Amino acid sequence: MSNTPLNKKSSLDGLKRFVFDNKVILLFVLLSIVCILIADTNASYVASEVFTRFGRNTCLVLALIIPCLAGLGMNFGIVVGAIAAQLSIFWVVHWGFTGMGGLLLCVLISTPLAVLFGWLLGKLFNKTKGSEMITGLVLGFFADGLYRLFVLYIIGGVIPFDDPNLLERGFGLRNAFDLTGNLKYSLDDISFLTTVSVLSVVSIFSTLVLSSFDKKMGREVNAKQVTGKVVASVVVLVVSIVARFVPILNDMLGSNRLLMSDAVMLGGIGLLVYAAVMLAWKRPEKGSGAFRKLAGFAVLALVLLVSNFIPDVNKLYRSVRLPAMTYAVICFFVFFNNWILSTRLGQNMRTVGQSRSVATSAGLDVDKTRIIATCISTVMAAWGQLIFLQNLGTFNTVQQQSNVGLYAVAAILVGGANVQKASNKQAIIGVFLFHTLFVVAPLAATKLVGDSAISEYIRMFFSYGVIAVSLAMHAWKSGGGRKPGAEGMSAVMMQPTNPAANSRPK
Amino acid sequence: MDKEYVLNMEDISKEYFGNKVLKGVQLKVRPGEIHALMGENGAGKSTLMNILFGMPVIHNTGGYGGSIEFDGEKVTIDSPNKAMQLGIGMVHQEFMLIPGFTVTENVKLGREITTPTVASSLLGKSLERLDKPAMADDTRKALDTIGLNIEDYAMVAGMPVGYMQFIEIAREIDKTGIKLLIFDEPTAVLTESEADRLLDTMRVIASKGIAIIFITHRINEVIAVTNSMTILRDGTFVSRLETKDTTAAKIAELMIGRKVEKLVDNMGQDNRGIRDDDVLLTLKNFYVDMPGERVRGVDLNLRRGEILGIGGLAGQGKVGIPNGILGLYPSSGEVEFDGQKIDPSKLGDALKKGIAFVSEDRRGVGLLLGKSIQQNIIFTAMQIQGKFLRKFGPITQFNGKAAKQHALEMIKALDIRCTGPEQYAGRLSGGNQQKVCLARAITMEPKLLIVSEPTRGIDIGAKKLVLELLAKMNREQGMTIIMVSSELNELRSLCDRIAIVSDGKLTGIFGPDASDADYGLAMSGVVEGGKDHD
Repeated sequence: MSNTPLNKKSSLDGLKRFVFDNKVILLFVLLSIVCILIADTNASYVASEVFTRFGRNTCLVLALIIPCLAGLGMNFGIVVGAIAAQLSIFWVVHWGFTGMGGLLLCVLISTPLAVLFGWLLGKLFNKTKGSEMITGLVLGFFADGLYRLFVLYIIGGVIPFDDPNLLERGFGLRNAFDLTGNLKYSLDDISFLTTVSVLSVVSIFSTLVLSSFDKKMGREVNAKQVTGKVVASVVVLVVSIVARFVPILNDMLGSNRLLMSDAVMLGGIGLLVYAAVMLAWKRPEKGSGAFRKLAGFAVLALVLLVSNFIPDVNKLYRSVRLPAMTYAVICFFVFFNNWILSTRLGQNMRTVGQSRSVATSAGLDVDKTRIIATCISTVMAAWGQLIFLQNLGTFNTVQQQSNVGLYAVAAILVGGANVQKASNKQAIIGVFLFHTLFVVAPLAATKLVGDSAISEYIRMFFSYGVIAVSLAMHAWKSGGGRKPGAEGMSAVMMQPTNPAANSRPK
Repeated sequence: MDKEYVLNMEDISKEYFGNKVLKGVQLKVRPGEIHALMGENGAGKSTLMNILFGMPVIHNTGGYGGSIEFDGEKVTIDSPNKAMQLGIGMVHQEFMLIPGFTVTENVKLGREITTPTVASSLLGKSLERLDKPAMADDTRKALDTIGLNIEDYAMVAGMPVGYMQFIEIAREIDKTGIKLLIFDEPTAVLTESEADRLLDTMRVIASKGIAIIFITHRINEVIAVTNSMTILRDGTFVSRLETKDTTAAKIAELMIGRKVEKLVDNMGQDNRGIRDDDVLLTLKNFYVDMPGERVRGVDLNLRRGEILGIGGLAGQGKVGIPNGILGLYPSSGEVEFDGQKIDPSKLGDALKKGIAFVSEDRRGVGLLLGKSIQQNIIFTAMQIQGKFLRKFGPITQFNGKAAKQHALEMIKALDIRCTGPEQYAGRLSGGNQQKVCLARAITMEPKLLIVSEPTRGIDIGAKKLVLELLAKMNREQGMTIIMVSSELNELRSLCDRIAIVSDGKLTGIFGPDASDADYGLAMSGVVEGGKDHD
């Protein structure tokens, strides 16, 4: 009993295992490559499209992770979060708020709405345990219908809403809702320097608040570390403000988007400096994990820097422009997911997600935990939809929300997630892969068929296809019906007679 | 403090809807001793433990009678939480573990150690941060106590069952102030070496002053590890014994006890010629993967014309045998029937070759509750053998007239109390439902009839009728019968030979007149020869 049951596998087995474990991702990588080859398109176009779509969609996809871990499957119900976001936009635009202030007001209005919707959705999920996904999907259609009624008639028809610019004929909103001049790019256009300034201010405040909280709780506070963090943040803040008055830097970093070639330079230098500082400061032993990690960082940094000087690559880098603040918000979402999971609430969600019966016997409130998870997801979806729309700039008033759940779910599944397990990493990989395919698949199809009208069909077919294929491949991973032979029998015998263990595919 | 007993349950009684399941039972456990609680299925062990653990099922059905003293004080235990606060822990038979979690996460499930954060001070305790190092430390301590050498950060998924059992124990030990630990058949799922290891662990735990109640059917384990034991039978207290003063045979005898009532009055004329070389069914190295009733390698010969009983305690695998033969659960090994091989992986193969089965799950598998008696009786014969069908070339049509006539005959022959062949099977009483099941089996005119738990859930009068019907079919029509039952008494009144299954294996084949001790030992997994009786 002393040795662990793991035995060493040969490297070939390791490779097989890697391929099998990542077969969904690999399949879609392969598919993207094939599509890119067929489409024979401009790499710069694809890259810039994909990075734009990444900024636009990732937050919506990240909203799926928490409910998935809480055992709710893929939350198709995020459509109601998107609806909350769109409702808030109507009023904010009507009142005439613009820019970042308008967007923040949207957040302020959509959040309580999303909490309410999420609470109702969670209640419904608790009544339909075991079939949350189909419930979410159908509820999405239902909410969609109610929303259309609201948008096409009730607004202006029942609720007074006097705005001839927005209304079609006294009641009902116009079909296309234009955000140009008010909310469009309100987040995307925040420059890199402003983003850095904001982040450093946040860092100063949070460091101070956390350390004073620790002091209050009677915990040891490393004064040196706190001062170091604050000083570093202040330095960064000052640099980011001063840089505005240096024409070269301001041109490079102070404009509304960050050129990817600049981002690569900054990232490479930053990584290199980080690795060097850590090596000099911590002095990890050669060959240790920390050392290898830092060395890896340094190599990565050099690769990035060198790649920037290869003309073709540099051309590609120059075609992509990154919205700094939007990416910062994505980082915040990722951080938030991780943080929630490190709390008792997060642990309860994971427990509930793994086995409701075990959770109940451990004294957890299963229903409440599930409702909280649904609420968090819905709020994240609402914010995600706001980010989506401010980037899009104009949207179809009536049906913009319809496919939010579908596309988000398809993206995370492509990233290798399944209905029981999802991570930030899978969400991010998934968004990249899915949207690469989303861009190139219609191009490839057009090339093959010679008719550009089919691209919309291809996208629809493709999204549903992705979901079906990745779910089927996951079922394969789980190993469905088993037929034990005489030899396999002993292995079967070793399985516990435990409903909790058996309910979960291995 | 000078207390003789950490737990003293006196004169405990409990009834479920007028059915007395515990009649004045006592249970006394000293601190730091390992005390076995023994008895057959239905002896009242689980009910007693449910009372001790304050399970809702007890309090939703009117509570219990008698008194419980714990740690020298009179207590009322009305919820599992209360039991836990008192220091009573339970290692469940079904693991309450989450495979996707690490050992630490499982041990600390629902009792995570957390530290306050800014968010938690604003939004409530649930946002406190998990203190993973502290949780790992505690887990390490608990694992070291029971001597389980695994990493606290290892995933539970994929671990051998034995490890899981130990992790459950670690979780109980980790709870502060534990004084009494209940082990509910902990060795049932373990391999031999794991079980030995568990017994060692129990000794270690007991040596720390924690009392253990050990529920098991395995007499040799009881002899090996316990200090004393309480034996229950049919809800009554039989005896409290010191282990050193007793023997395995005596324990077995006390557990079984001879029941005097005779269940079948008239067996009919016995003019069957049963010969040892005329074998109807042979099982060779037969395994069945039926959850909760696994069969692990059974070799059995069934002679033409006999009634063979298969007995044993619940969960030991006796029900798995017929379900495996019929192909309802995956199986392996050889099944030879009347000179032909049966392929259990093909559902219906056994039926086609002339084996009829009356399932123990009468309302689930056995009957179409929403259909008429007539349809129930003819259904299998029609589907498998094409009876009651008229053929018009490739097209078949149901022959309603013949079916009705047959159903009426059966109702008369088996004395099914009903309003007519059109009555829904679901509306019948348990005994009459069982007769419908038998009628359907007979309709197939099988060479072998397998009945599983034929008297479960039916009253004593109906029980007798069913058993007599089986005897009559055997004696008058020469039908070979396998009868699977948890009630030894029933098997002894009817069968020619009784095979006892324990832990998925055959532990003995006895004649109906073999001694109680023989049966008791075989049921507890003590193999002694397994010789044939005639």
